[in-house]
Amino acid sequence: MKPALSVIFFTVMSGAGYGLWCLLGLALATGVYPLSGTGVLVPLDFGFVLVSAGLLASTFHLGRPGRAWRALSQWRSSWLSREGIASLLTYLPMLAVAGFAFIGHAGIGLRVAGALLALGALATILCTANIYRSLKTIAAWRTRQVLPLYFMFALLSGGLWLWAWLALTTGLAMSLAFPLALLGLAIVAAVIKVDHWKCVDALPANTAGHATGLDTLGRVRAFEGPVTEESYLTREMAFVLARKHGARLRRIALALFGLAPALGIAAALASGAAWLAPIAALAAIAGVFVERWLFFAEARHVVAAFFPPAQA
Amino acid sequence: MTSLPAPSNKKLGLVIDLDICVGCHACAVACKEWNDGGDFGPLPDDEPYGAEPHGVWFNRVHSYEVTADRSSENVSAPVPQMVHFPRSCLHCETPDCVTVCPTGASYKRTEDGIVLVDEDKCIGCQLCAWACPYGAREIALPHSKTAASDKGRKDSKRGTMQKCTLCVDRIYNETLEVRDRQPACVMACPTRARMFGDLGDPDSDASKAVAERGGFALMPEFGYQPVNRYLPPRPRRDGSVAAATASIPAEETLDTAQLPPLLRWLDKALSR
Repeated sequence: MKPALSVIFFTVMSGAGYGLWCLLGLALATGVYPLSGTGVLVPLDFGFVLVSAGLLASTFHLGRPGRAWRALSQWRSSWLSREGIASLLTYLPMLAVAGFAFIGHAGIGLRVAGALLALGALATILCTANIYRSLKTIAAWRTRQVLPLYFMFALLSGGLWLWAWLALTTGLAMSLAFPLALLGLAIVAAVIKVDHWKCVDALPANTAGHATGLDTLGRVRAFEGPVTEESYLTREMAFVLARKHGARLRRIALALFGLAPALGIAAALASGAAWLAPIAALAAIAGVFVERWLFFAEARHVVAAFFPPAQA
Repeated sequence: MTSLPAPSNKKLGLVIDLDICVGCHACAVACKEWNDGGDFGPLPDDEPYGAEPHGVWFNRVHSYEVTADRSSENVSAPVPQMVHFPRSCLHCETPDCVTVCPTGASYKRTEDGIVLVDEDKCIGCQLCAWACPYGAREIALPHSKTAASDKGRKDSKRGTMQKCTLCVDRIYNETLEVRDRQPACVMACPTRARMFGDLGDPDSDASKAVAERGGFALMPEFGYQPVNRYLPPRPRRDGSVAAATASIPAEETLDTAQLPPLLRWLDKALSR
């Protein structure tokens, strides 16, 4: 599949924003968040920037961005529609949390708003993952790892920013549980991602014989495509560039979203250097960006099997 | 409304005979011609006369080389066979291209099962094209390098998904003669390799041809239940090219007794 930058930017940035909102909301709901007022507003607003920039970028993928509002209507059947609704609804508890933090309220209202914020963020991530997971035509997106990975990458890339904020304002000694949980998450995400790549590599190739049903007659070779030029289908669904550099890009992604945050957290906790936290967060989001690029670029669409190998 | 309607009794679709299709692309060209000017057009092109023409086609013809497995045929070296394969929307009964649509633009008609895109609702997210394993949908790209003279005419339809309409603006068109109320691709086919009909009616000519010839659906494992059917190439008869070539004897025999005396002497002299 063609890795469209608008969609990659959207899933990575909004994912991080929702991950941040989810953890912040959870911390507020359970009352373990150590800060109030500006201490809440800064990470909340940072999440707002990530989420909104991503949502805005996603409209650049549309042929008719001005009609994007129509996407809210088909929630009964379409995950994309559900995602649109969930993403917009999540702004409501976000505004409530912002309001409570602004007036300095820290009671039950803030807790409920925090819980709703976490739920809305999780629901939106679920919808995003299901947009891709529900496509039967792309086997690489239907594996069991896709859904948990979307959650993990969102929580990891967003959580690291929240931790970076806490580390820079309250110091590293405040709570060890959160950074250690993020460290564990980075390792688990890396393990599951490697498992996903193994599954993707083991997928059987789609053949022209199967696509056309002519394999009952013998061996089938795509002799000629319909046109000598590229078409929408070959440009969009038969993207081969990534597989050439796939192995190297996978290592880069693993190093950035797995190794770098894990080492960064360990080193920061060991040395007390809080400035390592935002660097770990930056590395993670860059790593997820590479991972997401590969998620699209390495995925094979069934329709490519109709075309001669040179065109597919 | 992108939830699928209850299955209709009428299932309009195409039956394509792979045995007699000669791969002339007339169906594809006729389709482009009709839909570029018809009620549902236009089908915009980028640089149609430029170095790299690029545009939307509802119907595309592929060519495949099929070589029979040695075990299944008696000839020692099987001769490859060319199969031309027109590919277009199969107007599936339960397609995901309809249900994934976030806007309700992609829909399946209750009355005859035709799958259509409402161009006034489509936002061009392309999820329906991703959901289709048959490559039936192509978007009219919004960021084209259209020639200035073409602007205005084509821009209104840019940025939306395009697909085969089964010539819904022909088949019910009362301004056309009854015999012309068929899809443009069917009308154009010089070998009558395309048949239009109601595949929900077992007594229609299309359904009968499917039953008689063992018509098959493409990639049924997706569960989309395509309405269109393909008729497989017929098995080769013994008089086929491969068999005829194999039966030619290595040396021709000459009955010299039949020759006139002069030629009989010549044969004798030359054979010495």
